[in-house]
Amino acid sequence: MTTTVHRTPVRHKRAIAIFVAPFAALFAVFYLLPIGYAIYQSLLVVQRDGTFGPPVQVFGGLQQYILVFQNEAFWASVGRVLLFGAVQVPVMLGFALVLALLLDSPLVKGKKFFRLAFFVPYAVPGVIAAIMWGYLYSPNLSPFIAVTSEVDLLSPQTVLWSIANVVTWIYVGYNMLIIYSALLALPSEIFEAARLDGASQWQIAWSIKIPLVMPAIVLTAIFSIIGTLQLLAEPQVFRSFTSSVSSTFTPNLAVYSTSAVPNVNLAAAMSVVLALATFAMSFAFLKFTQRKADK
Amino acid sequence: MTTVQTKGPREKLASRTAAMIIMGVSTLYFLVPIWWLFISSTKDRADFGSTAGLWFADFNLFENIGALAAYNDGVYFRWMLNSILYAGAGALLGTLFAAMAGYALAKYHFPGREIVFNVVLGGVLVPATALALPLFLIFSQFNATNTFWSVFLPSLVSPFGVYLARIFAAASVPDELLEAARLDGSGEIRTFFTVSRRLMTPALVTIFLFQFVAIWNNFFLPLIMLRDQEFFPVTLGLYAWNTQVNQIPEIRTLVIVGAFLSIIPLIIAFLSLQRFWRGGLGAGSVK
Repeated sequence: MTTTVHRTPVRHKRAIAIFVAPFAALFAVFYLLPIGYAIYQSLLVVQRDGTFGPPVQVFGGLQQYILVFQNEAFWASVGRVLLFGAVQVPVMLGFALVLALLLDSPLVKGKKFFRLAFFVPYAVPGVIAAIMWGYLYSPNLSPFIAVTSEVDLLSPQTVLWSIANVVTWIYVGYNMLIIYSALLALPSEIFEAARLDGASQWQIAWSIKIPLVMPAIVLTAIFSIIGTLQLLAEPQVFRSFTSSVSSTFTPNLAVYSTSAVPNVNLAAAMSVVLALATFAMSFAFLKFTQRKADK
Repeated sequence: MTTVQTKGPREKLASRTAAMIIMGVSTLYFLVPIWWLFISSTKDRADFGSTAGLWFADFNLFENIGALAAYNDGVYFRWMLNSILYAGAGALLGTLFAAMAGYALAKYHFPGREIVFNVVLGGVLVPATALALPLFLIFSQFNATNTFWSVFLPSLVSPFGVYLARIFAAASVPDELLEAARLDGSGEIRTFFTVSRRLMTPALVTIFLFQFVAIWNNFFLPLIMLRDQEFFPVTLGLYAWNTQVNQIPEIRTLVIVGAFLSIIPLIIAFLSLQRFWRGGLGAGSVK
């Protein structure tokens, strides 16, 4: 007989308060407050009394948002990261999925080594990875000079994809591990039955494993979308290697260079638009895949 | 009949070979850049530009490290120390707070519990970089930008950690055990720190590592907050040096050696803690 004393509302009030309070306080001050403050700042405009008068911030309604929507450089940067994400995220996740399936198949020996080798780049911060690849791409310092002297990997046409390669290099192993852990958690009886029926490894992977680890793939996709819209460190580093990366190359670079002008109100409005877009896109993607799964 | 007959040994050998080729080429892709970084950090400036990139020339690693330690009164090692403080202490405290909050959300019933959890989940989806600028504006109201705390304090918050902690606590701490502890007269807080924390350890290591990496890699917040290089984390410091390479050519060697040394602690942390995070990594997706 279990004696689950059915909870009279809220036992252990003090303990709950003590458990939740530190996180709640920090979350309020360093997460919710900045969001509110960004919205507040985005609603202000700077006015001057005459040309040389002191600047005063006054309420300006949605004026900054109108400026954001008219800002061609900002929308060009949004378009650039969307194009980047549309190509890089599927390539990276496809690569990660293939490696995870191979690791999970009986075809591969030395799994432990490969798992670690593929994961190592995740320990390299974006800034460091970008510095490293910046030299690997360089036309005269690269160890692959046969390639880099023929193809300029840092030109305006190619640099976006050179950055995509850096991001892919860092995150494939990480995404592979998430998918691989999900594969390991599947009960092996399912595959035994399929194999006895004569299904090949390919068929098992395609019709059984991939559908079952879909939730893990969706999770990695959402984190990748968030990461793509936030791109900052890698392009910012590449600005030291090439002039092909403008100061508004990605939305976050646009926020940074606008705030450095300084035009903090416009930069705040950009931040808000970017956060909303990120939120909306990951949410929509989540709902979309859930609906597909329900069908 | 669409049933595929059991494959002959030759076909099996073919797919085995194909699989190993893919694994081998991928290994090269992931490890050659790091090998290049290691090789390059053993070369002096002349050899770096003139010898084959993927093999040793004169072994100058220790001279290069010496030069790194001497440059600007050893500011590089100050940056390393800063990074270890920001990421180590930040992830430790952050994990503790996330674990406590996630545990409370999993194990206690209280009004508004779902609202709190949903707000935290929304926080996971808010890009951290969107917070950097407003955080800078708030800290500048208190003249607190360009301080250790301006980077350290915001790094303590990890909504994703709370999310993971809640899932882990629900899965690994049985209610019966908590009831038993209550019957023994143990207070809720003490039970958490003695019993539940131990059951949640693999999860806590995962949360710690996630947050450690997030703070160690964070670039926008220190970039926007910090002016004095004495507060820089190592990523920001190396970035700043790399922007000066064209004016001060000898700094390139320092950037390369510094980059190589800076990735060693993280790689060691991952390898030594891997038996913990391997188990925990997939848990976020398995609901």
